[in-house]
Amino acid sequence: MNQNVFWILLSAMIVNNFTLMMFLGLCPFMGVSSRVGTAVRMGLANIFVLTITAICAWFLHNFVLPYAPYLRLISFIVVIASMVQITEMAIKKLSPALFRQLGIFLPLITTNCAILGMALWQTTKYDYTLIQGLFYAVGAGLGLTLALVLMASIRENTELSDVPSLAKGTALTLIIAASLSLAFMGFSGLGSAS
Amino acid sequence: MSTSRRWLVTASPHLGSPESTQRIMWSVIGSIVPICVAGIYFFGPSALLVLLAAVLGALVTERVFGKRGTLGDGSAVITGLLLGLTLPAGIPLWMAFVGSAFGIGFGKVIFGGLGQNPFNPALLGRAFLQAAFPAALTTWPTNTGADGTVFSHFRLDRLGEWAALRGDNFALPFMRPEVVDTTTSATPLGIAKFQGLEEVQKSGIEMSDLLLGSTGGCIGETAGVLILLCGGYLVLRNHMNWRIPVSIFVAVALLSGVFQLVDADKFSGPLTMLFSGGLMLGAVFMATDMVTSPVTHKGCWIFGIGIGALVVVIRYWGGLSEGVQYAILLMNAMVPFINRVTQPRVFGTRVQKVRVTA
Repeated sequence: MNQNVFWILLSAMIVNNFTLMMFLGLCPFMGVSSRVGTAVRMGLANIFVLTITAICAWFLHNFVLPYAPYLRLISFIVVIASMVQITEMAIKKLSPALFRQLGIFLPLITTNCAILGMALWQTTKYDYTLIQGLFYAVGAGLGLTLALVLMASIRENTELSDVPSLAKGTALTLIIAASLSLAFMGFSGLGSAS
Repeated sequence: MSTSRRWLVTASPHLGSPESTQRIMWSVIGSIVPICVAGIYFFGPSALLVLLAAVLGALVTERVFGKRGTLGDGSAVITGLLLGLTLPAGIPLWMAFVGSAFGIGFGKVIFGGLGQNPFNPALLGRAFLQAAFPAALTTWPTNTGADGTVFSHFRLDRLGEWAALRGDNFALPFMRPEVVDTTTSATPLGIAKFQGLEEVQKSGIEMSDLLLGSTGGCIGETAGVLILLCGGYLVLRNHMNWRIPVSIFVAVALLSGVFQLVDADKFSGPLTMLFSGGLMLGAVFMATDMVTSPVTHKGCWIFGIGIGALVVVIRYWGGLSEGVQYAILLMNAMVPFINRVTQPRVFGTRVQKVRVTA
């Protein structure tokens, strides 16, 4: 349990990248990765929600759930949903343009499996301390952002190319995602050998 | 009425170049052929069969799914040859075929053909094979030159040994390959990774073996000096951007030099890093793919340094002994981003902030 926080961040971001290695959070990955600008902001929104969720999940895990373990899933979902509501209201107020661009995918963060997965892993699988959990959440968010930005920049490039009609749209996006995932396999086992 | 060429009025451009995609592709193929010959010399007829299967897979896929008339530009041949060169000689032929079919189909044709693919098709095919059949891709047949000098198999009495297959090349798809009586040996990188650096010295692999190619490994990756010579020819013909391989070499040499100073027992030094594994082949022929490398010179330096750094990180700390293919694929994914950041300034204008919102 005494893992280096820097290593936790790097591991969540690259080695066990939530999107490309764990295949969590695929809906925003497919949905809002058509423009680099939107992708960056979606990533930032995710980092924010992940970080707040990590703090709340840690408190729940240590102070509430020992007395009521059956509340784990439902309490995490409530926390995430309320966090997303706050983010949504904030973005709507601060940047209406971004709010329109993110569209349905912003409320969909509520059901984003990456966030629930992060909260569950952070508490039950790794049993991180609060600081470790924070770094884990930020790493996961940065990993999501990295995947989104890479995906968006490649997709912007393929917009002008002569893609066969058969593969246009989601099919091509899935194939790019698969190729990215193959490339990220190079990091598998990073740090475990030595 | 014969129109004199002197008075022909047309729209620009008026100066043509004799270079065309075909010419460049075929000159690249010409420069790969010596490496293929060396691979066949080191790994016997099995190497030839694997190369042929990979090229066939690429050509068939390009013909069936690609656009009409793209077969002649030679790019599919290059993909097939490069994929074949990065496979071990003992691999079942159907795997080589499937790998290059995947590379061409999902790496190139689906993006609209040559010039529009974000990833290097040959490397994508290899990464796919590595993910699907990891055991077959890491069984290295012994190099025939390994127990003596590089030229030891000019002896006639060793001809039979050379002509033997290096594995069950003719295994049927999804059948368990028969165990062929062939000797396998680990690559220098594999020994260094999983057994420790002292074992490399004990196994008798010397620097000259790495330079000339008489070590275990993939078909085309062992002969480091030969690859450099072929790459040099392409640079002279101006068919390759020398900045990419040079920046990869510099990054790898500098980083591994520093780490060797830190702990010489744990990290192998610059020369070993440069000439072992697929680094030479990858840096010279895969990273320099015109389609999947950055357009500006500055971008090329960033691209190469990124590949070099990733190679060192994956080789030293990764779970795999070799990371060149993944490093290049990862930097391929970064290329649109690099291009966006290194957009040159139009002459006479000020430097504009790169707009993030497109």
